[in-house]
Amino acid sequence: MTQTSEPFIRIDQVEKRYPARRGEGTLALDELTLSIDSGEFVSLLGPSGCGKSTLLSMVAGLTRPTRGDIAIGGRPIQAPYTELGMVFQSDLLLDWRTVIDNVLLQFEMRGIDPRGHREQARALIASVGLAGFEAKHPWELSGGMRQRVAICRALVHDPALLLMDEPFGALDALTREQIQLDLQRIWQSRRKTVLFVTHSIAEAVFLSDRVVVMTPRPGRIHAVLDIALPRPRDLAVRESAQFSAYVREVGHIFQALGVLK
Amino acid sequence: MTRDDRWRNAAWTILSFVLIIALWDLVVRVFHLPTYLVPSPGTVMGAGLEQWPLLLEQSLWTSGAILAGYLAAVLVAVPLGMLIVASPLLERLLYPPMVATQSIPKIALAPLFVVWFGFGIWPKVSVAFLIAFFPIVVDTIVGLRGIDPAMIQLARSMGAPRWRMFLKLRLPHALPSIFGGLKVASTLAVVGALTGEFIGSDRGLGYVLVQASGQLNTPLLFATLVVLSVIAMAFFYAIEVLERVCIPWHVSQRGHPV
Repeated sequence: MTQTSEPFIRIDQVEKRYPARRGEGTLALDELTLSIDSGEFVSLLGPSGCGKSTLLSMVAGLTRPTRGDIAIGGRPIQAPYTELGMVFQSDLLLDWRTVIDNVLLQFEMRGIDPRGHREQARALIASVGLAGFEAKHPWELSGGMRQRVAICRALVHDPALLLMDEPFGALDALTREQIQLDLQRIWQSRRKTVLFVTHSIAEAVFLSDRVVVMTPRPGRIHAVLDIALPRPRDLAVRESAQFSAYVREVGHIFQALGVLK
Repeated sequence: MTRDDRWRNAAWTILSFVLIIALWDLVVRVFHLPTYLVPSPGTVMGAGLEQWPLLLEQSLWTSGAILAGYLAAVLVAVPLGMLIVASPLLERLLYPPMVATQSIPKIALAPLFVVWFGFGIWPKVSVAFLIAFFPIVVDTIVGLRGIDPAMIQLARSMGAPRWRMFLKLRLPHALPSIFGGLKVASTLAVVGALTGEFIGSDRGLGYVLVQASGQLNTPLLFATLVVLSVIAMAFFYAIEVLERVCIPWHVSQRGHPV
């Protein structure tokens, strides 16, 4: 990767320490440096508690690093960065709102009149295969459908950056594979920069341009793998020798780190 | 729930009441219970019909005290719960004394209120207010606090100011819990108003109960109890209907059309 121009996201020697009643506190992230280019799909892969969600939260400006800097588009992050969409493991849909009104929450929370954006929300909902469900309530949908609505909510205002914190962790295996394909399609057609947190090796390899492998606490970057699988990737890619080689490589790293025994 | 289901449910409810009354009548007849101890359902109904102007008038007094105390409790308790959630300082300032006052049996305060407010409606309203107040505050606080922290993170990433998070996320999310408090409080307000009437009153159903008891007029006593339970039930179900209108989306309400 060329470092001549400023990358879209620059994470520079970031450290996060949680204070304890006595002593030095818990070091969650240590000396973490990473650059992400515009339009890249990057996964943060690591065991539970390695601080990958904390890093995501710091990129969003929701948590302050104890040390180090983060900049997006050359602007240092000091307050919540709002030109992005976020998706969490829990879909966080509001039961009292219909599907379309849940998507339009994105505008309402920003103080923008949602009425002018109904058509674009409707089109987005249709593009994830939920046409006809606009007036349903979340409790009438399956887990996979709910998470699709959450993705629509994160995209409806067309942000350049999408932050996803284990978004498919609560879905069953079949739903998960389908929604991964859909996310790839959305990403390819809209060219968002995606920072994706997961603890599934296969998911990270399948979706990403680069996989950032993190160590257990304190979280450090152990390796960054470029995934040179051709796009668009279909399910057959998972059968390929190249895909297996990447998964094996990450597996070996985790064995070496003592995460897998 | 279909229309047929609802008719069937109503039929079962009526049947259960009919069975209870029939059993009551049977017990009175079989054991030859004297009227001053347990009057038969027919005697109670007779007393009720005979005294209906009295019962109606006194019901209005009691209902007024219940409603006034309850509304005052709602109007103070819900905003107070909001303030306590909004400000840690106010929480430290208000919450401990509030819990401390709850340790006093509120019914024991009724004689004091008679001293302060006399024999009018105010001691009843005061006891109803005090006793209905606490569950509403507590459930408001629980409801407002119960939101998923990730939801707040999401709202912050949308740049939402705190007041908008409150109106669009916290408050609607808290409504099911607040309604829980409102329902508990609705039955407590009845207890409060009635207690006030026991302690010192010349009006209301509590007064009628005390009088009937002194005269060993058990049929009237029973008739008053029936009227009282009808009032309490009507009040409770009114809150339930309001709940169904306000939170049709909640899991407890689905499948129960208004």
